[in-house]
Amino acid sequence: MAAYIIRRLFAAVLLLLVVSAVTFAIFFLVPRIAGQTVDQLATQYVGKDANPDTVAAVKKNLGFDQPVHLQYWHFVKALVVGADYNFGPDASHCDAPCFGYSFKSHIAVWPQLTSRIPITLSLAVGAAVIWLVSGVAIGVLSALKRGTFVDRFFMGVALAGVSLPIFFTGMLAMAVLTVQWPVWGDGINYVAFTDNPAEWAWNLLVPWCSLAFLYSALYARLTRAGMLETMSEDYIRTARAKGLKESAVVAKHGLRSALTPIVTIFGMDFGLLLGGAVITESVFSFKGIGEYAVAGIKDNDLPIVMGVTLVAAFFIVICNLLVDVVYAAIDPRVRYS
Amino acid sequence: MKTQRTTVAIATAVVLALGASACGGSGDDGGKSGEKGGKAAANAALTEIANKSDKKGGTVSYELSDTADSFDPGNTYYGWVQNFSRLYGRTLTMFKPAAGKAGLEVVPDMAESLGKASPDAKTWTYTLKPGLKFEDGTPITSKDVKYAVERSNFAPEALSNGPTYFKAHLEGGDKYQGPYKDKSPEGIKSIETPNDRTIVFHLKDAFADFDYLATFSQTAPVPQKADKGAEYVKHIISSGPYKFESYEEGKGATLVRNPQWDPKSDPNRPALPDKIAIRFKINQVTVDNNLLNDSITTDAAGTGVAPQTQPKVLRDAKLKNQTDNPYASATSYIGLNLKVKPFDNVHCRKAVQWGIDKASVQEAQGGDPKGDVATTLLPPSVNGYAKFNLYETPGNKGDLAKAKDELKQCGQPNGFSTTLTARSDRPAEMSMATAVQASMKKLGINVEIKTFPTGKYFTNFAGVPDYVHSHNLGMIMTAWGPDWPTGFGFLDQIANGSAIKPSGGNNVQELDDPQINKALNEAIANTDAAARAKAWGEVDKMIAENASAVPLIYRKNLLLRPRSATNVTVDQAYLGTYNYLLMGSAK
Repeated sequence: MAAYIIRRLFAAVLLLLVVSAVTFAIFFLVPRIAGQTVDQLATQYVGKDANPDTVAAVKKNLGFDQPVHLQYWHFVKALVVGADYNFGPDASHCDAPCFGYSFKSHIAVWPQLTSRIPITLSLAVGAAVIWLVSGVAIGVLSALKRGTFVDRFFMGVALAGVSLPIFFTGMLAMAVLTVQWPVWGDGINYVAFTDNPAEWAWNLLVPWCSLAFLYSALYARLTRAGMLETMSEDYIRTARAKGLKESAVVAKHGLRSALTPIVTIFGMDFGLLLGGAVITESVFSFKGIGEYAVAGIKDNDLPIVMGVTLVAAFFIVICNLLVDVVYAAIDPRVRYS
Repeated sequence: MKTQRTTVAIATAVVLALGASACGGSGDDGGKSGEKGGKAAANAALTEIANKSDKKGGTVSYELSDTADSFDPGNTYYGWVQNFSRLYGRTLTMFKPAAGKAGLEVVPDMAESLGKASPDAKTWTYTLKPGLKFEDGTPITSKDVKYAVERSNFAPEALSNGPTYFKAHLEGGDKYQGPYKDKSPEGIKSIETPNDRTIVFHLKDAFADFDYLATFSQTAPVPQKADKGAEYVKHIISSGPYKFESYEEGKGATLVRNPQWDPKSDPNRPALPDKIAIRFKINQVTVDNNLLNDSITTDAAGTGVAPQTQPKVLRDAKLKNQTDNPYASATSYIGLNLKVKPFDNVHCRKAVQWGIDKASVQEAQGGDPKGDVATTLLPPSVNGYAKFNLYETPGNKGDLAKAKDELKQCGQPNGFSTTLTARSDRPAEMSMATAVQASMKKLGINVEIKTFPTGKYFTNFAGVPDYVHSHNLGMIMTAWGPDWPTGFGFLDQIANGSAIKPSGGNNVQELDDPQINKALNEAIANTDAAARAKAWGEVDKMIAENASAVPLIYRKNLLLRPRSATNVTVDQAYLGTYNYLLMGSAK
């Protein structure tokens, strides 16, 4: 098991390197192919007054006058050993893992990322708990009550959940709950868990539910399909024939088997969310990783884009690794060699 | 039966929920407005102070959908930040915090008087008031002002956002390397500080608008020992009535009273609230909702409510009373590039001037609340504006006969084909482009619309002459607001030949008319303010005669004044945002 995890972590590092190289290439090479010059690139990081002196200074300070492969090497090196930057009277050292400084604001990216992770994590964990519990419960219930009104109702709601985008449900919830019936009269604002756990949960409730509405619908349909298939297997009939209680048949034999694909997709979904719930964070104006990604992309700010991409990729890799480990617990047939 | 009851209950709940959401756009919200305040009528804050108050205390809360380019007074260009920065940074001079046109007057701030100019307007001397202090209690000296100008204008490697007018006009400005590279104690030689209260600027050219430059946040003092370059924004040292309690990059800030600020030295800042909070990157619809439910004081960007909110606000009489619809001190116009055929011919340019249906353009960009039809480049809210219309047509709908006559004189009697550029992520601009295309079609001018993203519009496309020429971009849609509200502040960057740049330029017409250049350069050397103001109107008329810029819209914003906002007035000096120095809150 330990060897397996080490191998996977090693592969993850390689994967992150590939992801960073591809992101770097997309950023620098694609515009170059479309005819953008280095001066034009540098001009984007200058204010309205893009005079040649300013552009030249910015170009030099951001390293755009160097070949792209050298710039990439400096980036990777800074990740491992840190780097020195000069955006003021004295050079400042950026400790590893150094994602560099924003091209736009010249503020270090890593502290920004770390300050935003708790927000995204709060959003993702709460929503995941809700959608996992409600989605799986509804899916199991629908499967067991197949063809009844309960099944049709829940699957109808699930269809709506899958169909309605978060920017619709989220905005609707905001309009209704902050203006029409101002339950959240002062708006929905993120409060850190460490500052006030009750306020934290209260302000996250609507975003959690909006996000979970989308996902739980998906999970309910997946669970229902899995349960229907599993519950028709021979070993379920055998279990019932042995005289096991129905609840034990459903929970121990049916659900356990049906959960395998759910766990797989949960790992992916949760990892993706940790990399930034872009739309949800934008709708509710939460300053998480996703909102940071949008800002980076909008401003063509490579260090931010690289930082968010690598953090997102890291979370996805880790979540998938955890899923693979969890497989062994769920499915005894799985062994690591 | 049970199932039926359940179904009915669920259906009722769904209908109620949907009904509630649909009602979101109704006038029900307005039922609450006006109960606690909001006695002022629509546009009450345009020429007067609405909900006037001198009550101190409370919190003024700002939100906006974007971020500041920087709160560092030496690293910002945004108009609303210049307005906001006056809360924590005092400058040599400032715009008088007052309603209406009085707000365009420049008055002393840290200086005892306006700048004392030499007869040739090349040397400007200011004397600081005695007893000024930073938030840490250390005295503010003329050297701190000099250092602030040096770092803001001469260190683009770290502070690249702000304008560089001081660099452009100071003697030796092209050679000085800035305080981060040039560590010599004397700094730039053309700014002298003979004593701790006197600062003298030596310019290489006559510049009679210098008192306006001295209003820029770049003259807010910065103690050299506290300067961390780009990171200074995290620990700004205040010289104004408020100081930073906290700042989070990309998220927001909180300001509290600065006990070292002496109100006796500062008659212009009433400093009403005890606290000021600002949050960045709030969804615009959420900002509007928060204005409607009175949970914030104002939208800091001051660009008006979102298009979705506009009908809700205008349809409800009570909510409408809470609106102000000021000029944004900006004009939307089309630049006809003089290097792209057939616009090298003045008659082809005049054909567009006569033929364009500006009424349809106004309608397309959002109607009256978003702007008035423009006939000049200078908007009415700028010092030097003169009202005229060289191409007057009935109802501003265009005059086809006159346009076709110009086309004949241009040698294009059947029209021609050209390209119009617009910014793809600006829906109003895209709509205007479509309206222009339709009105040109009536003349036989086939316009192809090409769109580019805002972030690269000037740096890579419309502001790059080589690209414009090679891609035949004859008509370039743009908009311009002045860096300071005078004719020179407005026109110099868009109509002076010296403003043509290889990339990122705003003189999209590539207008380089010796007479216009001369008129601009001569007027700015004139120390007689009234004569200067008259000259700007005349220059504007010369540009209209040249016909290379087609004014479309004097842009306006629909601002919403929450009930708890007090002492509210529109600030014409800062693009029609509310005046943030005067504003208070009943909360």
